[in-house]
Amino acid sequence: MRTHLKLAAAAAALLVATTLAISPAMSEPKQGGTLTFIYRIIAGHFNPTIASGTPTGIPGTQLFAALLRYDDQWRPQPYLAKSWTISDDGLSVTVNLRENAVFHDGKPITSEDVAFSIETIKANHPFKTMYAPVTKVSTPDKLTAIIHLSAPHPAIELAMSSQLGVIIPKHIYGEGNIRKNPRNSQNIVGSGPFKLKEFKPGEYIIMERFDDFFLKGRPYLDRIVFKKMAESISRIIALETGKADLTSFSSDPQELTRLKKSKHLTLTPQGYSAIGPLNWLAFNTARKPFDDKRVRQAVGYALNKDLMIKILYAGFAQRATGPIHPGSAFYSAEVNRYDYDVDKAKALLDAAGYKTDGDGIRFKTTLNFIPGGATWKRWSEITKAQLKKIGIAVTLKASSDFRSWLKTVAGHDFDMTLDSVFNWGDPVIGVHRTYQSTNIRKGVPWHNTQQFRNADVDAIMAKAGLEINLQKRKALYAQMQKMVVNEAPVIYINASPYHTIYNHERVGNPPIDSIWGTSSPMDNVYIK
Amino acid sequence: MQFLTVIVRRFLYAFLLLLAVVVFNFILLYMVPGDIAETIAGESGGGSAELMAEIRHSYGLDRPFHVQLFTYVGNVLQGDLGESYYFNIPVLDLVLDRLAPTLLLVVTALLLAIFTGTLFGIIAAQRPNGVFSHFITILALIGVSAPVFWTAFLLIILFVSMLQIMPLSGLAEPLSESGTWRWYLDVAHHLFLPVISLSSIYLAQYSRLARASMMDILGSDYIRTARAKGLGQRMIIYKHGLRNAVIPVITIAGLQFSHIFSGAVVIETVFSWPGLGTLAFESILRGDTPTIMGILFFSAFVVIVFNLLTDLAYRIVDPRIRLSNTA
Repeated sequence: MRTHLKLAAAAAALLVATTLAISPAMSEPKQGGTLTFIYRIIAGHFNPTIASGTPTGIPGTQLFAALLRYDDQWRPQPYLAKSWTISDDGLSVTVNLRENAVFHDGKPITSEDVAFSIETIKANHPFKTMYAPVTKVSTPDKLTAIIHLSAPHPAIELAMSSQLGVIIPKHIYGEGNIRKNPRNSQNIVGSGPFKLKEFKPGEYIIMERFDDFFLKGRPYLDRIVFKKMAESISRIIALETGKADLTSFSSDPQELTRLKKSKHLTLTPQGYSAIGPLNWLAFNTARKPFDDKRVRQAVGYALNKDLMIKILYAGFAQRATGPIHPGSAFYSAEVNRYDYDVDKAKALLDAAGYKTDGDGIRFKTTLNFIPGGATWKRWSEITKAQLKKIGIAVTLKASSDFRSWLKTVAGHDFDMTLDSVFNWGDPVIGVHRTYQSTNIRKGVPWHNTQQFRNADVDAIMAKAGLEINLQKRKALYAQMQKMVVNEAPVIYINASPYHTIYNHERVGNPPIDSIWGTSSPMDNVYIK
Repeated sequence: MQFLTVIVRRFLYAFLLLLAVVVFNFILLYMVPGDIAETIAGESGGGSAELMAEIRHSYGLDRPFHVQLFTYVGNVLQGDLGESYYFNIPVLDLVLDRLAPTLLLVVTALLLAIFTGTLFGIIAAQRPNGVFSHFITILALIGVSAPVFWTAFLLIILFVSMLQIMPLSGLAEPLSESGTWRWYLDVAHHLFLPVISLSSIYLAQYSRLARASMMDILGSDYIRTARAKGLGQRMIIYKHGLRNAVIPVITIAGLQFSHIFSGAVVIETVFSWPGLGTLAFESILRGDTPTIMGILFFSAFVVIVFNLLTDLAYRIVDPRIRLSNTA
């Protein structure tokens, strides 16, 4: 029996301990106060069982509790589940719920709700691989749920945490089409530390402390106000003048450079290792000339990635080297780094048969970039300039809006494109999808749009997806990363420089003590 | 009798025009690439083909074009603008909720611009080469040429960031209780910067217009007669001049009323003002077709009704139009 029996108190102590290091003048957590959280967008609803975006997930994880939570070292902790056990054959997970857990309407949270929530997620959530092996959730008694799996599924614990596995009440969401349920955004009955007080579509959300939350004494805050602030300059001023306490997923280099100068603000890249955001240059491997591995590798050598990070992100971003985010437990640095080498790039193109013509041009191609924000456009311009040096003439293709770009790429109508893709914690959830030859689905966003086909990579991912032993699994993914990087369906540039910014004079225990960052419950956050 | 026929015909035309607008909008938006299934899948960071097909089905997007069109037009005729794909609430509620803040912003800005602009223009007209006149000209030039978001950001930097006496964004503080007098004060406080920014464009136009118009009138015969009678400057300007000078101002103000939605979009975005402009902008980006169509319908409706009323008013007021033109 592989048992995870951890006390909530121990988890809480750990959470406090990890944050101690950040603010030396630590005060005791105290009750009360309002936290003002600003964000670029406000989602249309906050039900994470049917959507995975962070605008849904950040408020969603405050309103709804998941079975597990994670610390910042990838260790699962008890949350709504008091304890849980994975059977030796890896085919079932037994979950024991807390006796005192109730929904915001006072009704107890039972195993029926767990079964209903997992079934809802399986049927509606866009990440199909997350709960795909779940055959059934049985409910021997009110506080015990058993998740039955058709095959060992090492991603299951992660899928039971944060916004991926929230528990929703069956008596509220059990009837009708859940996607159209008005209670996804109004009159929400949740299971989390905060309850919905008011939601003004496109403006703000007000959440209030849920007094009967299952963790005694939590949450510390009386209230969280989520405010939409679309403009970068507004966010800067709101944080500088103390009108806002906290924001997350901030990646604009100018915003970060400016806010770094404020004495009362702390900027930290912590809390994004589960999301695992990567920025890369992708090829359409089904089209000439990028059907040739040597051409793709040549582009890899021609890009001065360190310089790009310096120019584009003012040094705030971390270099990415492969399909797995550097913050992941499965990350391996033992891959070809494609260090800047123009001669090597030229030699590869020569070998592939792309000789220069009279104007020094080997071939013409196009590059699509994500609209909105200056960074992607500048990135595409730098790429164009660098590829010109090895004789590739690039025409930049702008899209009118985000959806048009998404449609172009999902429809395979591109040569090269810049892209930003999230790992979503476990490779099974967010990594496999972009490389599996079985996941080439024209018209669907963020599938294997590169149309990369490699039987060896397929096989090793299939094996790693079933491997329960962590060390063995790590070894398999190390191998997979080496192979994918060598095949180069994608040239990895950087991990998105997401930062959480908070006013350290006011905010205690900032939500950076989990791999999920602000997409995890803020029951531990307090106002000093 | 003839007048009645004209009215009936006018109403009929207005109705047909509105119907044409609805159909035309629908066709236009149908042709736009991308739909709500992609938005939902895109925001979620991926999705399966089955899921997208299911979303399309649940919103009726998999039905043939003509079925979708007739259903929509039929619903609109019954006063049903549909439900927002994004918020899952009726479009009518959404639009009506956003209409008041937009009207508050635009009408306040317009009135402020008209009054101060006209006043500035008239004062400037009295001494066309005076310091104040030049000051007005420069102010007007800046107002017309400075992009409105730039003006807005400068005001934000000055009043919110440096002086810290103005709120940054929104209609009111989320935590202040709506309906109380404190809330009204809070709204007025939040209204200040958006109104100043928005009216800066109009203000410039009106002051130029009023100045030119007033200078024109001050040179006319009846003003000379008034001066000859020995009337004071004040009396001449405000009793005899002003009435005639504001006629072009009123005409322009009437015309500008139909620009009501477009002008405010930028200001609403900069100040996170919860109006129709931001809703329209964001709905377009999200592919929330019912909401976009609802807003377009609403703005077409307002403009058509406004034109109809103007037209009828002309007919009532001016007998020449009433008799000569039956179209």
